[in-house]
Amino acid sequence: MKILVCISSVPDTTTKINFTPDNKSLLTQGVQFIINPYDEIALTRALELTEKEGGKVTVITVGDHSTEPVIRKALAVGANDAIRVDAVPRDAFFTASQIAKAATENNYDLILCGHESIDYNGARIPSMVAEMLRIPSVTICKKLTIEGKVLTAEREIEGGKEVVECPLPAVVSASEGMAAPRIPNMRGIMSARTKPLAVTQAVDVPKLSEVIGYDKPQPRSTVQLIPADQPEKLIELLHTQARVI
Amino acid sequence: MSVLVYVEHSEGKIKKSSFEATTYGKDLSVMLNLPCVAVAIGNISAEELKLLGAYGASKVVHCNSPELSSFSAQSYAGAVASVAAEEKAKVVLLSASFSVKGMAPRVAVKLQAGFADGVISMADVSSGFKVRKGAFSGKAFANISMYSDIKVITISPNSYKILKGEGSAEVVINSYKPGAEENKVKVKETIRATDKISLPEAEIVVSAGRGMKGPENWGMIEDLAASLGAALACSKPVADAGWRPHSEHVGQTGVTISPNLYIAIGISGAIQHLAGVSSSKTIVVINKDPEAPFFKAADFGIVGDALEIVPKLTDAVKRFKAAH
Repeated sequence: MKILVCISSVPDTTTKINFTPDNKSLLTQGVQFIINPYDEIALTRALELTEKEGGKVTVITVGDHSTEPVIRKALAVGANDAIRVDAVPRDAFFTASQIAKAATENNYDLILCGHESIDYNGARIPSMVAEMLRIPSVTICKKLTIEGKVLTAEREIEGGKEVVECPLPAVVSASEGMAAPRIPNMRGIMSARTKPLAVTQAVDVPKLSEVIGYDKPQPRSTVQLIPADQPEKLIELLHTQARVI
Repeated sequence: MSVLVYVEHSEGKIKKSSFEATTYGKDLSVMLNLPCVAVAIGNISAEELKLLGAYGASKVVHCNSPELSSFSAQSYAGAVASVAAEEKAKVVLLSASFSVKGMAPRVAVKLQAGFADGVISMADVSSGFKVRKGAFSGKAFANISMYSDIKVITISPNSYKILKGEGSAEVVINSYKPGAEENKVKVKETIRATDKISLPEAEIVVSAGRGMKGPENWGMIEDLAASLGAALACSKPVADAGWRPHSEHVGQTGVTISPNLYIAIGISGAIQHLAGVSSSKTIVVINKDPEAPFFKAADFGIVGDALEIVPKLTDAVKRFKAAH
């Protein structure tokens, strides 16, 4: 089984976000970058599936040279090889087009992604890639198993879950619970240095949208403290002042 | 030409988030001087669909072929894109539910449309077409300019005020059938806790963390949530420890929410947690540590032991509900 795992290099979850003076991009100085946490879950599940059934895991990212540490981390965790499409991602359509092109050239049985990146929170790439390849997709999945050429996944729905079945090839996006991320060991880290990392050129696609500026939420005014023995006071304030109950 | 709104339903009823999307669609259609048309897929009565008229839809297109009786991102996206083409939609609007997150990007690819997800306010159409959405998991906002002729937009639930007027929409049947290639995902089982309020759509959310000491103390959290008609949530450490299911985890790597009222009990307020809840309209924090960072991000706070305060608060809510 050949699995392609899409990974994204994102600021560590503890990062305080700041932007460049023109507000158009993230200020990356002093920011630690990690594998997007959902992508790490997807990668771990891909490794578990190939360890059981046999096969190969390739990771792909669309990004410039600065994303290579994150790719090496994925290789250290256990991916067999990697593809880096050498471009700064413009929008989801651009990124999905690059991944779809790589997928077309290599015939994967399964494409696994994190359900969203924690920087742009779009949850767009998995479904766009599936649509471009004209194959089925199951998104926001907490469980994934594969039996022969058929996958079974448990996906989240409002107030519950749905168990679905679908033939391969397909795209699946991973949410929390699908697998517990692994920490690379010394042997993994050493071997990651020599695993193949192909750098490819991006295909050009029309620009459909772009971020014209970021801004940060306004801070809240000072907290109003209520004595612990007067919970009815809180209820009153929520009713008369905040008007939320 | 039109503004097309995709309408979701559950157990025969239109979802609240779809009334929200329809109101948004109607307000946008007025600015663009276009009619607002709705599209619904699957088993739902014409009577129910007519209700959309009161929210501003002039017409509802109902795709009801048997092949569309259960959700599949591929076949539903095909139906919406087909209706969008027939109605010459300039904008396709959807509410960002779990299912929509899996189908809206497909609609955008099919229509070769620009796509913006999780939009939180009305589009700015004064020059060009601009929308605003949360980014960096609630730590920032992104303003996006869309250049394509057709735009596909999903709206974050609870971000636009529903406005109900008068009127009934005309319902027309559309016979779109997905091809076998588009309908390969088969639903084997649906498990729905019918008494549970869905977290992303909830107006009030009661959330608890490690300050609760252990899963055995969650009864009082459930009681408080029930008294308020609130959905339940929890912090990441609590989900990781297995005290609560991951589906309840709110925060940067969990569910991002924007309810009217968020009550955080025994949660210190780590940056990753704040990221997922910071767009809540009102935040109440109950924590025994007065230095807990969450107090800096809260509107109201009580310093004290959650195990003592929560039952008293539930009683106070019940008294309030009885009096109002």
